[in-house]
Parts: sequence; C-alpha cells; structure tokens
Amino acid sequence: MSMDRRQFLKVAGISSILGFGASAASATHPTWQPSLRPDQMDRNKDSLWAKRWAMVVDMSKFKTDGDFQKTIAACHSIHNVPDFRKPDGSVDRKLEIKWIWKSTYEKSFPGMEEGKYQSEHVKDMPFMLLCNHCTNPACVRVCPTKATYKLETGITMQDMHRCIGCRFCMAACPYGARSFNWVDPRKAANLDPAKGGKVNAEYPTRTKGVVEKCTFCTERLAVGKMPACVEAAPKGALLFGDLDDPNSEIRKIVANKLTIRRKPELGTGPAVYYLIGGGEHA
Amino acid sequence: MLEKALEGGKKYWAWVFFLGIFALSGTYWYIRQFNEGLGLTGMHRDVSWGLYIGQFTFLVGVAASAVMLVIPYYLHDFKKFGKIVILGEFLAISAVTMCILFIFVDMGQPMRIMNVILHPTPGSVMFWDSVVLSGYLFINLLVGWVTLGSDKKGVPPPKWIKPWIYLSIPWAISIHTVTAFLYSGIPGRHFWLTAVMAARFLASAFAGGPALLIILALIVRKVSKFDAGKDVIQAVSRIVAYAMFANVFLLGLEFFTAFYSGIPGHQHPFVYLYKGLDGHAELVPLMWTSSIFAIVSLVMLWIPKIRRNESLLALTCIMLFASLWIDKGFGLIIGGFVPNPFEEINPYWPTYPEAMITIGIWAIGFLVLTFLYKIAIAVREQTAGVEIEH
Repeated sequence: MSMDRRQFLKVAGISSILGFGASAASATHPTWQPSLRPDQMDRNKDSLWAKRWAMVVDMSKFKTDGDFQKTIAACHSIHNVPDFRKPDGSVDRKLEIKWIWKSTYEKSFPGMEEGKYQSEHVKDMPFMLLCNHCTNPACVRVCPTKATYKLETGITMQDMHRCIGCRFCMAACPYGARSFNWVDPRKAANLDPAKGGKVNAEYPTRTKGVVEKCTFCTERLAVGKMPACVEAAPKGALLFGDLDDPNSEIRKIVANKLTIRRKPELGTGPAVYYLIGGGEHA
Repeated sequence: MLEKALEGGKKYWAWVFFLGIFALSGTYWYIRQFNEGLGLTGMHRDVSWGLYIGQFTFLVGVAASAVMLVIPYYLHDFKKFGKIVILGEFLAISAVTMCILFIFVDMGQPMRIMNVILHPTPGSVMFWDSVVLSGYLFINLLVGWVTLGSDKKGVPPPKWIKPWIYLSIPWAISIHTVTAFLYSGIPGRHFWLTAVMAARFLASAFAGGPALLIILALIVRKVSKFDAGKDVIQAVSRIVAYAMFANVFLLGLEFFTAFYSGIPGHQHPFVYLYKGLDGHAELVPLMWTSSIFAIVSLVMLWIPKIRRNESLLALTCIMLFASLWIDKGFGLIIGGFVPNPFEEINPYWPTYPEAMITIGIWAIGFLVLTFLYKIAIAVREQTAGVEIEH
C-alpha cells in the first residue's frame, strides 16, 4: 500500500479549516476558483498530506456484491449519511443521498459503450462511483457562496454550514456525485434513535436543505487515517495516494497501466482513475 | 400616488380578494415546505430543479421584455408608445418580484440567503444573476415612479432620469443573458450546453412579454378609460411576430444540430421531450401542445387580417404565451436533467404543494401588477387628453 510513502508534515489542526472557505488565489488553481492556500491551513502533525490526492479503483479486486456493500456501508455510517427507504425496504430514489455507490459500466461511462455488439455482461460490469474531486470542478465554479471549494490537497470540499441549498452544483456536476437533503436527514431510520438509528458522534449530522458529497475523508486524513472506503474495500481495490508524487503507488499505476476516467472530455480533470485489466500493480 | 391603489370599486376589490386567497394558500404551503423541506415538491436527486426555477427563468424573460417598448419610444422616438411604456415598466417590476420569490422558495436554506452577499463569488453566474436582477428591479421602480409622478403633475420627467432609462436597455438584455448563462455554461448537460441559449432566451422573452402586454392592455381598456390605442397594440403585435419567428427559428437550429450531428447524448433530451425515451413519454403531450401553439400563433400573427382583429389577436397572444410558458417554464429545465448523467430516466412532475406555492407566487405577482396598474391608470385617467413631451 502507498501508506508508507505518505508525506507526514509537521503542522497542526486541519480540522479548524473545515467550514472555512477563502477566496484567495493559489499556485495550482485558477485565481477565480475558491481555494485555501497552505498558509491559511494549520496541520495536525499526524495528518496525511498530499499535493494532489487521487484514487485508483481496481475493479478486479471487487469480487462480490458484499465487497461493494461493505465499502459503501463503511463510508455512509461514518459520515451519518441518511438512508431513506420505502416501506418495502427498497431505496427511496426521491430522497436518496449517497457519497459512494455501485453502478454499471454502461451508466458510469455513457458514450463509451460499444453498442449492440457488446454483451450485456460487459455493459453491466459493476463500477464503484464517488466524487471525482476534479482539478477544474464545475460545482466549485458555480457555487454562489463558496460553500464548495478546493483544498490545496486537491480535495473538493463541501461546507454544509454555508450551503444555501440552491443546488446549482448538482446541475453542474457531470457525475451525479452530489445529493441534496430534501427532508430532515436526522429523521432517517438509520440516524433517528427513535427508529433504532445510531449517529456517529464524531461526524456532524446535517440539517435539511443542504447539499452533501464525498470529501475524500478530509476529517480522517487530518488525523492520519486513510479514507474509510479505502480501509473497508478489499485489499488493493481502492488505492489512495498523492498523484503528484512520482514515487507513489497510484502515480506508478496511472503512469504505466491503462486507466480510464469518467468523462475526461469535459475538462473537469477527475482524480478518480479506473484501472483496466487489474492484476499485480506497479 | 400609492393611495390610488386603495380607491376602487367592488369589482376591483373582488379581484384583489380573489388573488389574495391564492397568495394566502401559497403562503400556507410555503410555510409547510419551509418546515418539512423541499421533499414536499416533486424534485429529486436527478431532477434537482423543477417548476420553481422554470418559472423564474420564464419570468426573467417577461421582465426583460419591457425593453421592447423602451427602445422604440426612447431611442426611436416612436411617440405612440408613450402611454403603454409605463405598463411595460410596471410589468417588469411585477415579474422581477416573482423571480425573486421563485428563487427564494427554491432555496433549501432560505435563511442563509445573505451568504450570497457575505461571501460574494464573482466566478458564480448565480451571484451575477442576483446582482443584475436586483439592479433591474431598482431601475424600473425608479424610472416608473419618476415618470409617472411627473405625468401626474403634468410636467415632463426630470432630465436626470434619462440616463437611467437608457441604462435600463442594456440592463434588460443582461438579466436574460446572465440567466441563460446559468444553463449554457455548465458541462455535461447536453440540452443546455448551447451557444444560442441566450439568444433563444431573448427571442422568446421579446415574444412572450409583449404578448402578455397586449393581453393586459386589452383588459385595461375593458376595465378602465385608459386605452393604449389600437395602432399601438398593432405595433406591439408586430414586435411579437418578429420575436416569435426568431424564437422558433432558433429552436429549429437546436434540432438540426442535435439530429444532423447524430450525437446520441445531444438527441436524448429532445427525444425524451418530444417523442418519449425508454418508455417514458410524460412530457410529450405538453411539448407538442407548445409546438402546435407556437406554429399556429405564428401563422395567425403573420396574416394581417387575423392580427388586426383584436379578439383573434388576444387568442393568438394567449396561445403564444402558453406555448412559451411550457417550453421555457417547464420543458427547458426538465430536458436538462432527463436523462441524468448516467443516461437513466427518472421523471419529474410537480406535486400539489409545489403547484400551490407556484400559483401563490403568480397571485402575489398579479397583486403587485394590479396595484401598480391601478395607480398608473388612475394617473392617466386624470391627465387624459394632456400630451406630455417626455
């Protein structure tokens, strides 16, 4: 794993910047793009730090549906993601909120499917989807309050306390990575104690009327932990690291293997790469 | 002048009461939505904007259309528009008021609305939209009030107001251009990613707004002594005809690009809206109604005999307005979201509370319009026969 190649930088308290966006220019992002400079951020000495956090997804390592569900559940329970169900137990698509989810090749890469000669088996191949933490994210560009902004580590952050719920970011995101709290998320069965739900006290719950999404576990990186999905997924299925570091495992894979990204033609610069072929890594 | 809105006959108050009922029911449903969340609407993860934003978009056009009276009157010295131009400006005030209300009810956290000002974000089109809309409201309030106030006194309007009137022209263009940029500047939504979006918006605005104004002028003539004039209404109807032709032409361009290029992603929203896709044809009857109304009203406007008959002209304008309302107030938004980024079809239809809130805002808009028109008419009735040089 790329864990041991991580940069451990000696600064304190990244958590103080959560919910804190600045408009200042930086070296790696266009000047108009809301982002935080390193000197605006205090770092925990144990925190994991990168110039460009990115992920490689090796679909060959996900063997069963259980592998997917375990990974999704780890993320959603840690982040108090509300689970709205219909009376029959199926997902309520009208209220659905998701940070990481399972989809198919055909849906994840529309326009790349090979038409009627491609077998259903290939079209239905499962893919793990999440926020792409784009280099040039449309959601950040359109947000009227800087409630979504770039961190210097490449992460696209979401400040659920500043969000006004205009949902411009949801219209702008080409990956369907953003969810809106149409009703009070604290009343979802998995979070409401009255319905037998349980809240992770270490992560905030949300109010209704705000947008949320994956943050690459910014809060866990800040205390030296890997993202929850990376820990919960089968070994080597989700690789997380610094794409800017030529020696990192994910950089070697991206440099040497065939990987694809979702809708790269839109110029958003997604940071989630899907490894084709799998096998032994770099 | 405000007191004029409080002097009216039985019919006037019955109309105000009628609108008031819908405004109150809309308020009731909004309070429920405020407490329970936007889950009360038909919107969901895949169609995250709906009727509210559609109405907002459509009404920005109505607001901008005042410029089609201001330009002939103030730039081309087309004197006959002197009477009707105030109706256009007051319609703009009412329309912008509705726009602001529709944005407000669409917000998940409306109490945080000041965040847009506390954290101004020049990179966001929505930030600029709020700037130009509030500016446009201010300009029209100022110009409408000052010119009407001068009319009341029987004197020409003060010279200092002229620059504001001229400013209102590019400003009107800007509100609808910026509103189009909300859509045409985002990647990954094939239906919206088109350079002619702003042009289409302006064309449909300059058709729909003046069409509504013709209907309003005909109503005003019926209920008061204020007559905009037959030839004025004919002149406005010619503006409607040209603008509607441009609008239909621009829509045709969209179809050409989508279908001749053969790019499936570009075609899907059109197929979904007009033919149905993967067994989903929810909006097909509505979109064809819009198309048929568009063509029929255009033909009726084109034939001088029909256009000069004011009853038929009123019918034409109602059809044209309905056509554009469906196309822009509904189809445009839904077509951007269906199919979703995964090419799945997850349809949207407004709920009863959502419809009641929408009707409530229209009622508030018409209340504002009624009061403003009442004032304008009262002043004009007083000064009837007196020609004032603006």
